[in-house]
Order: sequence, then C-alpha cells, then structure tokens
Amino acid sequence: MARSSLAVTEVSISPKAGIGAALAVLVLIALALAAVVSRAELGGGLGPADWAAVRFTVVQAAISAFVSVLLAIPVARALARRRFFGRGALVTLLGAPFILPVIVAVLGLLAVFGRSGWLNDVLGALGLPGVSIYGFHGVVLAHVFFNLPLATRLLLQGWQGIPAERFRLCAQLRLSPRAVLRAVELPMLAQVVPGALALVFVICLTSFAVALTLGGGPRATTIELAIYQAFRFDFDLGRAALLSVVQLVLAGGMALAALWLVPVLRVGGGLDRAMLRWDARGGLQLLGDGLVIVLAALFLLVPLAAVVWRGLLGLGQMPGEVYAAAITSVWVAMASIAVMLVLALPMAGWIAGRAGGSVEAVGLLGLSASPLMIGTGWFIVINPYADPFDFALAVTVLVNAMMALPFALRILVPPMRDAVAQYGRLSAMLGVRGWRLWWVLLLPRLRAQIGFAAGLSGALSMGDLGVIALFADPERVTLPLQMVRLMGAYRMDAAAGAALLLLTLSLGIFWICDKGGRWRAET
Amino acid sequence: MLRLEEALIAQGDFKITADFTLEAGRKYAVIGPSGAGKSTLLAALCGFVPLAAGRLLWDGADLTHAAPGARPMTMLFQDNNLFPHLTVMQNVGLGLRPDLRLDAAERVRVERALERVELGRYADVKPGQLSGGQQSRVALARVLVQARPFVLLDEPFAALGPALRNEMLDLMQDTVAQTGAALVMVTHAPEDVRRIADEVIFVEGGKAHAPRPVADLMDDPPPELRAYLG
Repeated sequence: MARSSLAVTEVSISPKAGIGAALAVLVLIALALAAVVSRAELGGGLGPADWAAVRFTVVQAAISAFVSVLLAIPVARALARRRFFGRGALVTLLGAPFILPVIVAVLGLLAVFGRSGWLNDVLGALGLPGVSIYGFHGVVLAHVFFNLPLATRLLLQGWQGIPAERFRLCAQLRLSPRAVLRAVELPMLAQVVPGALALVFVICLTSFAVALTLGGGPRATTIELAIYQAFRFDFDLGRAALLSVVQLVLAGGMALAALWLVPVLRVGGGLDRAMLRWDARGGLQLLGDGLVIVLAALFLLVPLAAVVWRGLLGLGQMPGEVYAAAITSVWVAMASIAVMLVLALPMAGWIAGRAGGSVEAVGLLGLSASPLMIGTGWFIVINPYADPFDFALAVTVLVNAMMALPFALRILVPPMRDAVAQYGRLSAMLGVRGWRLWWVLLLPRLRAQIGFAAGLSGALSMGDLGVIALFADPERVTLPLQMVRLMGAYRMDAAAGAALLLLTLSLGIFWICDKGGRWRAET
Repeated sequence: MLRLEEALIAQGDFKITADFTLEAGRKYAVIGPSGAGKSTLLAALCGFVPLAAGRLLWDGADLTHAAPGARPMTMLFQDNNLFPHLTVMQNVGLGLRPDLRLDAAERVRVERALERVELGRYADVKPGQLSGGQQSRVALARVLVQARPFVLLDEPFAALGPALRNEMLDLMQDTVAQTGAALVMVTHAPEDVRRIADEVIFVEGGKAHAPRPVADLMDDPPPELRAYLG
C-alpha cells in the first residue's frame, strides 16, 4: 500500500530545531576556520615538511584501510561460518576498540610490540633481532588494531545479511567453499568492502593520538600532528592555519565521497547469532578458520590483557593528579554527551523527515574538520577577549560532541524514520506535535539507540586526546593527557595504572548508557 | 454535518474527486475496488492528504487546511493504533491530553472508558501484554474519551478472526451510539455494510460517489458496483 511511503512526507518532525543545530555546527566550524585563515600567511604555501605530512597522512590511511579490511575478510568469514563457545563474547569484544581510548591501546601495543615488550623479549630469547614499533609501521599497526575489529563487524553484518535460503541452496547443490565464495560471498563483499574501506580511510586520515605517540619526526607526521606542532611548539599560527585548511579539504572531501558508501551502524545488530551452515565442513577449512579466529583474538586480547595486567601493578603508583584528571574527564564526557544529543536529535529528526540523506553531510563535517583546527580557531577567537585556557574544557566538550555526531546520526536516523512511518499519523491525529512528539513518541521509541549513541559519544570523549593537548596547562588536564604526561616522564607504571582507570571509565560510561537505553525498553 | 465541496484529492498521478455531505450521527460504509482510493479519501478527510482543490466544511467552518488533530474527527488505522511504549492508561489518555498530563477528573474519564470496554484492570499494562482483541478495545476506549463527532475507520480489526471482528464491530457501534458520532468505515466485506451502515459511499473510477442508502444500492447496484461485488 502507498500509505507507509507517504507517511514520511505528510507527517514529519518540524525541521526548525534540526536546521538550527546543523547551522550551529556549521557556524562553529566556519568561525574557527575563518579565525585560522585570518592568521594564515597563505602566500607562503606548503613547505617540504608540510608536503611530507600530507603524503604520510594519505599513504598511512590508505595502507591502514587496505590492511584492516583485507585481514577482516577471513576473520569475518570464519566468524560467520563457525559456531563455538565464546563466539558471542568475541563478537562483542570486536566492538570494544572503537570505544577504546587511543592512548590506552597504544600503551597496550607498546607493552606487546614495544622496545622492551613481550614480542621483543621472545625474539631476543631466540637470538633474533628486535622490532621497533615507532614510525610508519607502528602507526599502521595501531590503526589496524583499531580498525580491523570495526571492519570485521561491518563485514560480518554483510554476511549476516545474506538470506539463509542462499546457503541452504548452496548446501543442496553441494557447492565447494570456493564456489560458495564466488556465488554468494564475493557479490556481498563487492557491496560491503568499499564502505568499510572508506570509513577506515577517513578515520585514519584525522588520526592524531596514534601519530603523536608512535609517529613523529619528519617521516611519520600526520597533518593533524603537524598542526599540533605548529601551534604548540612553534606557535606558528599561519602554518597551523594552512595545514588546517588542507586537512579540512582532504578529510572533508573524502568524508563527503565516503558518505554514500559508509554503511549504517546497527545496535547489536543480531551479530551474535550464528547462521547454520552446511558448507566448509572439511578439516582444512575448519583448521584455517580456527587459526584465523585464534590469531585475531590474540591480536586483540593480548594488548588489552597487557593494559589490565600492567595497570593492576601500577594502580598503587598513581599520583593524586590522576584522580583529579579522571574526575575532570568524567565531567567532560557527560557534558559532551549532552551537547551531542542536543545537536544530534533534532538533526536526526530533520534528516528523517527528508527523502535524501544530504543533510548528513553536515554531521560528517564534524568528523572531517580537524579538532585541532577548531581548537586553534577558537583559541584565536577567544584570545582578544579572555584567557583561552579558561575555555579549554568547554572547547573540548564541543569538539568531542561534534566528533561523535556523524556516528550518532548514523545510529539515530533509521529508527527515527521508522517511528515516524509507523506512528506519525496516529500522533498527528491525536494532536501530538512539536515538543510533545519528542516526548510522547520519539524519545521513548529511540531509547535504545539514544543510549547507544550516548555511550559511544561518552566513551569517545572520555578517551579523546585532541584539543586538550593544545590547551594543556597544569590545572586543566583530562585523564588521557595526564597519561601522556606520565609516559613522557617515563613513569610507565603510573601511566599503566592511569590507563587501566581510563579503560574502566570509558567502557563503564558506554556500558551504563547502552544498558540504560535498553533497560525495559519495549520494541 | 461535514461537507466535501468539489474536492480534488491528488497524489502524484492518482486523483479522485468528491462532492457530497456527511450527516452527523449517520453510519457510512466506503466500498470499492482495491486501489480505487478508499483509504486516500479517509486520509484526505483526516488531513493527512491535502486537498488539491475544493474545500472541506464542518457546519460552515472551513477545515481545508486544519491540522489532523484539530479536526472534529478521530481515526482508527489498520494497525499501529497504540504506542507500544505507553501504558493502556496513557494511550487512552492521549485522546484527552496530547501532553499526557492528565488531571484527576481526566483519569476518571479514562478509567470509565476502560471499564466500558472491559479493560478496567489493565490500565497500567503495556499493549504488548494484551491480545489483539484487547488492543483493539483499548483503541475503542480512546475513541470513547475523544468523543469526536466523526469516527473514521480504515479497514479496522482486519487482523482479527471473524468472530472477534464482529464482536469489535458491535462494540464499535455501541461506542458511536453512546457518543452520537457519525461513522465512516472503509470495508471490503458486503456483510459489514449491511451489518453496520446506513449509507454507502462507492469509490470507483476516480470518483467518490455521494452516499446512498444501503438497501437502495445493495439491492439494485449500478453496473460498476455489481462488477465489484461479483
């Protein structure tokens, strides 16, 4: 019937608030950009070091995306084909790196792959030369650590999306694993892989904390890191401005191009239910899948285990500042959840009322506009009137909220569309409009997704090491920054303790929001 | 009385015209082939589809551009008549207060309506815990408290079995008899027409014909209606 398709156009959420929120985001970014450009000496152009940063940024992002997705294919295939004890837990764990504070993961990777890490201990005992985690391959390694699980989950969604009848048909026709791959799995991959590649590529383009800790130097500096250095060490606003523009164009352009490729992020998504399969029962296939799953699990779990293990040892060594920083971080995270919701909910309402998704581009702008550029810009804007350092945390809150915005929109828009399609007419007939529509229909219907988005946003904010690094002063320190300082002072035990605390807080915020959203929610 | 004055209802290429008056307190069945525009006619009356031309008048007042909630009518859809996340009390209460802030007197009215449909004990339950028939009765309780002069039904109770469906239709008749409302019901079943309606609106060939008494029309149908009834 024509009814459901009409409902969206007839009965829609008032777009005013959404347009307002989108404008606020645009103004926030545009003002920062204008401030930065006003200081830029654009005649200077990019120096050789800047070009190196641009090159490095693109190359490492491309290789990180390629390696992550390539490795994710066998892992997702193995997870899709096998059912085993702990599969559900492993799939859940695949979601963890996305909300894992970058700096915590880096510490875990250092514990395993670092100079005095476990891998080098083993290599040394065998009389083999050690490996170094610093530089290009370290940056790629960390990016793969973060994005392999993300890519695996996206591909697994693809596998789960294949109708069970296809596999039943394959079983009846007795297709070999290779034939199943060609007939069923490759066509699915052709649809899903470009989106996964695009998403990972864009995420890696704006990488800062990884480059700050594992990269650096002329050969491993991302644009984002170069902005930081220009601002923090050289106080060269012109160069910072120029690099910011480059970053915005590069990442923004890529993000826009990727918008049509990036798949929808689903809550839970039913990924924990394994499909009954009849193919690939041979011993070699089983062995291969088992090996892939074990290796992937080890790659994920060993660094995390290292964080927990060293963290437990270091808990007692943490100075008091760590606790103060932790409290600051919790406040920042909660405030940024609130700001994110205030922006994302009306925007999602606006987008859901429209046929196309072009408005989502504004949300993506939040991701592609460099947080450091926004920080720099607002530093310049605020500077003549007040001490910018007083606003360090406020700017951090805003920037963190904007970083989470594109993900939040991807989570909120589809259920918002459904709610309007199903209950829009009923609401209109009952005179439930305006803010009442939010109160009576949208907020309760979207509770699970709002909780998920809030959890994601809170965890991202909790672990974010971006703007705050620019404004760093002794009084206003977040937990990730405090960790970096401890690492810089070679107090690795205390840093490990702080890492464990940060990990617990990040996952805790996510867990509380996500569970709270789903608690006694009617579907 | 509700008057559609030279109305043109258009959705894309699809068009129907209507020009007739519906009297207060009467019961109308809307029949016609699938896709003829029965649901669209109701949607236009209710304000979900704007009129492309013509006017909708209610006792002389122009309702053509009134919002759905501001019209003297309420509608029962085929499904999704209740919000699953709200209690039975809240769902019925929405008929009185779209912001859910019921005062004591309004709560009493809701409770009375629930007792009328024999669901007095279920006020604090959510719709998911009720059977299909009970859910329909909750929606009827809301129609009761809304007490609008017109009740529109778009193939209601279609998901219920025959016996339960007839029970609901009878309860529906009781309900409108109590509030004195007029009833406009889309249906596919000729027996429904005879069971409930005073008059029939036949929708066919891009036109919603003016209502005619049931006996007239069903006993001596024009050729198009005969083709439809088979």
